Amino acid sequence: MSARADSLKGWGFAAPALLWTTAFFVVPFVVMAAMSLATLDGRTLIWGLHADNYLELAEERYLWRAVLVSLEITATVTVVSVVLAYPLAWIIAFRVPARWQRLALLLAILPFWTSYVVRSYAWLLVLAREGVVNQTLMTLGIVAEPVTLANTRIATVTGFVHFFVMLLTLTIYANLVQLSPNYRRAAMDLGANAFQTFRHVILPLTLPGIATGAFLTFVLCIGDYITPQILGGNTELTVPQVIMVQLGRRADFPLASALAIVLMALVTLAYLACARWLRIDRL
Amino acid sequence: MRVLPWLYLAAGFLFIYLPVGVLVLFSFQEGTLPVPPFEGPSLRWYAEVLGDDDLTAALLNSVVVAAGQGAVAVTLGFLAAYGLARHVVPGTVFLRALLIAPLTVSYLIVGLGLLIVVQRAGLGLSLWTAGIGHVVINLPICFAIIYASMGAQQQNAERAARDLGAGEFDVIRLVTVPMLAPAILAAYFLSVTLSWDEFIIAFLLTRFEVTLPVEIWSMLRSGLSPRLNAIGSVVFLVSVTAVVLAEVLIFRRRR
Repeated sequence: MSARADSLKGWGFAAPALLWTTAFFVVPFVVMAAMSLATLDGRTLIWGLHADNYLELAEERYLWRAVLVSLEITATVTVVSVVLAYPLAWIIAFRVPARWQRLALLLAILPFWTSYVVRSYAWLLVLAREGVVNQTLMTLGIVAEPVTLANTRIATVTGFVHFFVMLLTLTIYANLVQLSPNYRRAAMDLGANAFQTFRHVILPLTLPGIATGAFLTFVLCIGDYITPQILGGNTELTVPQVIMVQLGRRADFPLASALAIVLMALVTLAYLACARWLRIDRL
Repeated sequence: MRVLPWLYLAAGFLFIYLPVGVLVLFSFQEGTLPVPPFEGPSLRWYAEVLGDDDLTAALLNSVVVAAGQGAVAVTLGFLAAYGLARHVVPGTVFLRALLIAPLTVSYLIVGLGLLIVVQRAGLGLSLWTAGIGHVVINLPICFAIIYASMGAQQQNAERAARDLGAGEFDVIRLVTVPMLAPAILAAYFLSVTLSWDEFIIAFLLTRFEVTLPVEIWSMLRSGLSPRLNAIGSVVFLVSVTAVVLAEVLIFRRRR
């Protein structure tokens, strides 16, 4: 078979998938990008190269506030999740006996597979005024009155952290078990104490796992609508929530598209920030 | 010092299982509020959920969409993986990147783009449009899983079959697909789970007939109810079953 015929066959097999991705992902994406540069005159859509939506974004307080709120929540969630997940991954990798590790890991990420809607609702139950947390706190006598937890930023962050602790435990664990125990032994032999070994040997070696997990956390967290919508209680809006408001109440597709482009730009910046440690090409 | 790691592990698991535990426990609540104290157990809310026509219709829609879009995503993903792994195609790196690209964008943006195109084209929203959107997000995952598992071992068996006179489609049907069956099934179950749980694309791209997460979302407006616990528990059980199946399949392959 000639090289040309071989490559044509390869194209033939890949063609349906390539066409699907082009028709239903690339084209819609380009149209959305063009839409972000269109403008509305009353209810009539005017295509063209208008910067109106992006200017509105800079001027309108509720719009750039949403960008800030999204960034604050995402940053908090990413940091808290890494700090909580690292010890968990460590314990599963180095304390749990080898034959139980796979089970422990499977159990640690099982609730990951609950739909966003159901998981957020479940946190609403837990954090409600009459919910389990408040009842426990009152029974223990820590608080006299129920604390308002649901419909606050704390609830949004808790719901997110719960999800991403599971994700990060997985990526960090995968990184930890790949490390040869010789590194630890060598560091110990050279006189490093446990903390120094961790700080100068293990931590740098697990940065790729942390970076991969943190990047995924950032991408999924900043683009999520459901968790802040159900748990956050509409006192402050994130970018996805504002996008949905533009779509629903105002049918302002150009502004919604511009906000989506901004969301993508933020993700790209996050990618560049941790590209050094990411190994996306290995996926 | 010795017990500290185990305490942390226990606390971690408590945190991870708290919402699911509360969700499932209070789905058996006798009373009308899913908060402590627990009274029961009672199956009354499960009976009510099964008797609710909107919910059962949405559940059926979800099953059909998840199963259908999974079949399309796996088929397209497999063909693309085979074409790019077994034939020398110029620009493979670019094509691979194109196929993986939807993974790097949030679901909201995928849904928004499709919504704009569907509306501009004057087409209606239905379960079909939601299914198309779900294939967009699951195709990259199916492609990546199957592409990664196409090793030299299968290639040798494929060459042997071809030398013995099998045509390309017989090779695929009799050698490649059976050898890759675990990866293909794992990819299928994974994409079924992701579609089953997916909300935002289904919300944006359906109108009259909706999937289960969208129906649950509209029920949420009336506040906490053991009905939501019951249907939520069912959703969770289905996802976990599919994931455990996928996990078992991948696990068997690695051994």
